[in-house]
Amino acid sequence: MDETRRNFLKIAGLSVLGFGAKPVVDAVAGTGEPKFEKDPQALNGKRWAMVVNQKKCLNAKEGCKDCVLACNSAHNIPDFPNPKDEIKWIWQVKYENAFPGQENPYIDEYVKKSLKGLPFMVLCNHCDNPPCVRVCPVQATFRRPDGIVVMDYHRCIGCRFCMAACPYGARNLNWRDPRPFIKKENPEFPTRSRGVVEKCNFCSERLAVGKMPACVEACKDKALVFGDLEDPNSEVRELLRTQPSIQRKPQLGTRPQVYYIL
Amino acid sequence: MYNAGKIIIGIVIFLALITAPFWYNFGKASTPPKLEIGTQEKQCVESKAFMQSSHMVLLDQWRDEVLRVGKRIYVNSAGKQYNMSLQNTCTKCHSSKTKFCDRCHTYLNVAPNCWDCHIAPKEQEKQAGRSDK
Repeated sequence: MDETRRNFLKIAGLSVLGFGAKPVVDAVAGTGEPKFEKDPQALNGKRWAMVVNQKKCLNAKEGCKDCVLACNSAHNIPDFPNPKDEIKWIWQVKYENAFPGQENPYIDEYVKKSLKGLPFMVLCNHCDNPPCVRVCPVQATFRRPDGIVVMDYHRCIGCRFCMAACPYGARNLNWRDPRPFIKKENPEFPTRSRGVVEKCNFCSERLAVGKMPACVEACKDKALVFGDLEDPNSEVRELLRTQPSIQRKPQLGTRPQVYYIL
Repeated sequence: MYNAGKIIIGIVIFLALITAPFWYNFGKASTPPKLEIGTQEKQCVESKAFMQSSHMVLLDQWRDEVLRVGKRIYVNSAGKQYNMSLQNTCTKCHSSKTKFCDRCHTYLNVAPNCWDCHIAPKEQEKQAGRSDK
């Protein structure tokens, strides 16, 4: 009697172990569960950044807006007739508006005049310490490990906290449905809907398939340089090493990652 | 009970009215809509049964992987690779939103807001073209 009970318990124990082990073995062996992968062509950076070589940009042909146009058509950016509704990812502003607080009161009148009104290309600075990310109540805006500050438009509730937080004016709300105001739709990129904030995404959709940002590709004067700051051999590092550069409003502590060479 | 007759008649009329939709459709099986896939492709990203029941879960998963994790390629259970994109992958086969997505969503009275932002495939209206001629 004792002997059979002992055997019974042994077999029972073994079989429980066997059944318990099956899921573990399955998980390790991998039974054709769907997986997610990165495109092998994707550009991988540790800290993406942009250098705007303003010298080259100023020497470009009069009224050149190649980068703006390329961005607008790549990202289905609407063209609203009312300037209050304006949506912009990359745009042009005057020197004194882009870089307030740069000059000292003793600056030479000649230097002051020569800088005044010069057009600068500005865009989202993809800050290392982004205030827009901190204030977003739904985490629609977040900072990727490679430094790009991106938006998940699915989550945006249109509260506009990020617009108030951003010191660069890089964010715009779609006050109206943007669809009717898009001149030519790019069928490969979505549009936005009414009540959603949008901004530059450093062309993360293009980086993911191994392409440079649309504005960088469109600039014939090579004034926009994009690259990885963590890579010591990158072109952006070379420019920042050899030439003096400024950032927009660095005194605010946002650590902006778009650099300007004057 | 005062006015028992009137009250009972009233209750009967009330019950008849409120259950009228059930009597009206009694015994009739509602026919689910016929969907036009509009492609020669035999196999979707996953099995038909899975797509029917869980395409919305899959699309949410795709959205989060692409936007948040940065992975854009889906390897399905058969090992085939797809670009995770509603606009650039799904609609290449399901080329008609009105005859595929909308028919079922209207039948089930659900209104997903995918197409507020994502651009629906262009649909050729052949019949309208013919009537013009």
